[in-house]
Amino acid sequence: MIPAAFDYESPASIDEALQVIAGAGDREVKVLAGGQSLIPVLRLRMNAPDLVVDLGRIAELRGVRDDGDAIAIGAMTTHDDVTREPLIRQHALLLSLAAQTVADPQVRHRGTFGGSLAHADPAADMPAPALALGAEFVIAGPSGRRTVGASDFFTDLFTTAIGEGELLVEVRVPKHTGWGAHYEKFNHVAHTWSIVGVAAAVRVEGGTIAEAKVGLTNMGLVPIRATAVEQALVGQPATADAIRAAAQNADQGTNPMSDASADEHYRRHLAKVLTGRAVLAAVG
Amino acid sequence: MTAVDETTGAKEFGQSRRRKEDARLITGRTKWTDNIVLPGMAHLAMVRSPVASGTIASIDVADAKASPGVLGVWTGADLDAEQGDLPCAWAITPDMKHPRRPAVAAGRVKFAGEIVAVIAARSAAEARDAADKVLVDYDDLPVVLDMNEAIKEGTPLVHEELGTNVNAVWVFNSGEAGTGGNVDEAIEAARADADSIVLERTFRQQRLVPAFMEPRSTVVDPTGEQLTVWSATQVPHIARFLLAVVLGISESKVRFIAPDVGGGFGGKIHLSPEEVATVLIARKLGKPVKYTETRSESIQSAHHGRDQIQRITMAAKKDGTVTGLKVDLLADMGAYLGLVTPGVPVLGAFMFNAIYKIPAYEFKCTNVFTNKVLTDAYRGAGRPEATYAIERMMDTLANELGVDPLALREKNWIKHEEFPFTTVCGLTYDSGNYEAATSRAVELFDYEGLRREQAERRARKDPIQLGIGISTFTEMCGLAPSRVLGSLNYGAGGWEYSAIRMLPTGKVEVLTGASAHGQGHETAFSQIVADQLGVPFEDVEILHGDTQITHKGLDTYGSRSLVVGGIAIVKAAEKVIEKAKPIAAHLLEANVADIEFDSGKFSVAGTDKGVTIQEVALATFAAHNYPEGIEPSIDADATFDPENFSYPHGTHLCATEIDTETGKVTIRKYVCVDDIGTVVNPLIAEGQVHGGLAQGIAQALWEEARHDESGTLTTATFVDYTLPTAADMPFFTTDMTETASTSNPLGVKGVGEAGTIASTPAVINAVVDALRPWGVDDIQMPTTAQRVWKAIQGKEFDASVGAKDTRDGSHEAAPGNGAPLWSGNESGGAQ
Ligand SMILES: Cc1cc2nc3c(=O)[nH]c(=O)nc-3n(C[C@H](O)[C@H](O)[C@H](O)COP(=O)(O)OP(=O)(O)OC[C@H]3O[C@@H](n4cnc5c(N)ncnc54)[C@H](O)[C@@H]3O)c2cc1C
Repeated sequence: MIPAAFDYESPASIDEALQVIAGAGDREVKVLAGGQSLIPVLRLRMNAPDLVVDLGRIAELRGVRDDGDAIAIGAMTTHDDVTREPLIRQHALLLSLAAQTVADPQVRHRGTFGGSLAHADPAADMPAPALALGAEFVIAGPSGRRTVGASDFFTDLFTTAIGEGELLVEVRVPKHTGWGAHYEKFNHVAHTWSIVGVAAAVRVEGGTIAEAKVGLTNMGLVPIRATAVEQALVGQPATADAIRAAAQNADQGTNPMSDASADEHYRRHLAKVLTGRAVLAAVG
Repeated sequence: MTAVDETTGAKEFGQSRRRKEDARLITGRTKWTDNIVLPGMAHLAMVRSPVASGTIASIDVADAKASPGVLGVWTGADLDAEQGDLPCAWAITPDMKHPRRPAVAAGRVKFAGEIVAVIAARSAAEARDAADKVLVDYDDLPVVLDMNEAIKEGTPLVHEELGTNVNAVWVFNSGEAGTGGNVDEAIEAARADADSIVLERTFRQQRLVPAFMEPRSTVVDPTGEQLTVWSATQVPHIARFLLAVVLGISESKVRFIAPDVGGGFGGKIHLSPEEVATVLIARKLGKPVKYTETRSESIQSAHHGRDQIQRITMAAKKDGTVTGLKVDLLADMGAYLGLVTPGVPVLGAFMFNAIYKIPAYEFKCTNVFTNKVLTDAYRGAGRPEATYAIERMMDTLANELGVDPLALREKNWIKHEEFPFTTVCGLTYDSGNYEAATSRAVELFDYEGLRREQAERRARKDPIQLGIGISTFTEMCGLAPSRVLGSLNYGAGGWEYSAIRMLPTGKVEVLTGASAHGQGHETAFSQIVADQLGVPFEDVEILHGDTQITHKGLDTYGSRSLVVGGIAIVKAAEKVIEKAKPIAAHLLEANVADIEFDSGKFSVAGTDKGVTIQEVALATFAAHNYPEGIEPSIDADATFDPENFSYPHGTHLCATEIDTETGKVTIRKYVCVDDIGTVVNPLIAEGQVHGGLAQGIAQALWEEARHDESGTLTTATFVDYTLPTAADMPFFTTDMTETASTSNPLGVKGVGEAGTIASTPAVINAVVDALRPWGVDDIQMPTTAQRVWKAIQGKEFDASVGAKDTRDGSHEAAPGNGAPLWSGNESGGAQ
């Protein structure tokens, strides 16, 4: 691999990283997390930053902690950690299940939760579950920290609310303890991105769906919350028929692309089928 | 622990030894070309055209030349006087159109990815940086991508100077050849006959990327008396010869070395533009130079495979007897001709009739130039395409006639007692037993049970539909009898060379011209030699891939290494023993006629006096005491030219589940029973089958090289070119029947391409079989979920449609008595 030449810094703390970025002046800076999206882009010379700031040495960015009614996941927590971490499995199982579907073991051991969210690839698997669970994104910048809600974080194709000179440091995910969850991923071969993916978390009370959260992967430029499905599910019996009927609303408000792997029409159809399957599996 | 075969005394033959080369290959602690570092070595980067067709209006190399570390920048114009033309070794017709193929394009580019300038720098990084600074202006010209368009009057030309986009038209007609009837008459007769049927179908063989694991790499050292080239190639001997021809230098001044090579699948059969450019620049700089391609460069500019449009006409009687087969192909050459590009479809010409007794046959291929990277050999080369077409047609015919597709095949195939059998193409199949392989496969597959389940799923319109696909394939491999190649105007022979050197310590060095690139030759050949000479497996060293070690050879492709190269080794070993006998007799003070050789020991018949081959080797080396009138050497070499191809065959059965809500295809069960004759190393053979299956299945389901309308390859990374991994593969149930080949002393046949050739139609036949209730009769590869889903949208589901073709009268009778559905049903189960 031979990218265009760049300077390289590997700060040891968040503060130091912010200083390094701020000190870069006019130079174009790229933050390096697991590198599983950034390195291919550099390798193909589709991007040639002047300075790469590697977050790999910043211990405070990695790991998961209990934060009252939420769990807080460090941006540099790897996909593999997300699949295994007991706190996540207990309180946000959906994330753990989605992370399991990302690529292959090598990519999961390097790629990070924060990197995936910051990169905001419409076909990536982590944004939709994070959106569905109402995650909050803690962004650090030269003037301190701010928190952005999930609905405001993903703003466009490959674009988020993270501003210039800022870092995503932590993602707070409200606890969904006891919820059923499933991530239904549809792709060509095992190690590739989603053609369409559906993230579902459901709370069932006495055979009735009390609450439902559904997020869609690759049904538009940004991850989309399937609110029509959520509304249609609430109060319904947790049966296959009721769930499939509600899932028929899955493509409402979506804006899927047509590309080599699927056209818009087929994606809309997939969204409905996969939503039914995801919710049914989440109900258990 | 090794067991001795009681009948042959073989200790090694048939043992599943683990491959002795794997530790070094897998850890990478070996001489991959890119691992080679020479003192003062410079590095190259290529500037490649982003446009598929155009003229180079200007190239500005000033910034690149001034870039740090740069030693030089050369355009096509700079190199044109000395770069020659890359050769094609196979002029399939006397009037074949053969365009110039420069290593570095000068003036005109003809595919996206073609080299337009070469940079040399002190480091690979500096070379790459400088490549970005070369400014090229192109004047776009019309792009020719579609073969049907390309052959129309008035379509722009890929090569204006040729006056046509047709490379050649090659025809075989059994009526004219005297090997069978006239196919047009057969088809006309069938059309006129109420008891006959004529089917016409068109199949598309998509373009594939060979996707070898190790990208291509070349190191050239121009210092010293000989020019030394290390390259990740399958064909060091052929490349050496071609390089000498292209550059007009003496062959004796070139040493070509293929060190360990990480795969090829045909993709490394060439003298490449990159190799020639690297040699030219090394000579100019007078110092060693390395070039290693990136993966994307490899996908864009190393040759592709397949890419045919196949129009097939089949005539048959309604009882299922095939009476004629006519094949009309368009084959995409891409922009240029590589080593055997035009011959790839011709290699398939003799295989469309496959295992069947088809009385009349015609094959015609029209080779077409387009503005894409060239095609050339890719695992199976011509034979997978042929097998696909005939096996798809057999299923289609069975469906049309409402008979079981296995029964239909059995009705038409060559019975085992009919071998040797001369086909409608004039090839003589020496041996085979299609009944045995099929019975075994049917049993392992539970054909009956799956057909029953299929009927049940159809009856209840289950969202998961089951399909069963069959492929009873054969292939011709072991390229090749030299005279046959001569008759086809191929530029070389098909023999192979080996030499055996007996070292004084009793160790054995075996030289082979068949240079491995991942197949496991070192292990399998060592096993052969260990048995032939009665020496320990560990004492055999296989040397290959260096033209100064093995001075001659024809390299590795076409499943030839064992059936041609392995036999050359056996012949050399026989000569070693013959040469050792008089010396052993001398040492034993016995008569040569009384000397017997067995398991590494020369003994005097009827006595317990003996001497080992190692002792003879040492005595010969010392040469103190040997018979007069002979040379003190027991080394020997041999060149083996096969008299016939080998014809492995097998029955592959595939069950696919189709998720009709999404169109996703999942392989539920895959059974193959291959007959590759006797087996030297079952573990290696099974590995070849597994890898081959993966590649063939991948063609059916996932892989395709696609271009946009401007001719840009849109699948130039592994994100877009969807190669499967182990996670996508089903469990393979593999078995073998052993019908020894009668055309070589070991009874072996090739196995390297079998899985790839057989599996693609098995999978597609299964997919189509599952979709029959919707009236689906064909589907294009790769059968992505979207394609399958679209194929059934808006169509009526008729459960009886599918049921009719498989559940003939015999089916009802079969369960219980255990008789397979397809057997004992010679009438084809006509209703
Ligand atoms: C072969 C392969 C297959 C893949 N398949 C899938 C798949 O199936 N599903 C899937 O979801 N993903 C897939 N990926 C992508 C993978 O999940 C990546 O890990 C992820 O997209 C990015 O995470 P990263 O840590 O590697 O980020 P990097 O590549 O290091 O960074 C990505 C981008 O985010 C920015 N960034 C990273 N961290 C921060 C931060 N803390 N603050 C601000 N900006 C930041 C970087 O500057 C860069 O622009 C695949 C990758 C590969 C190589």
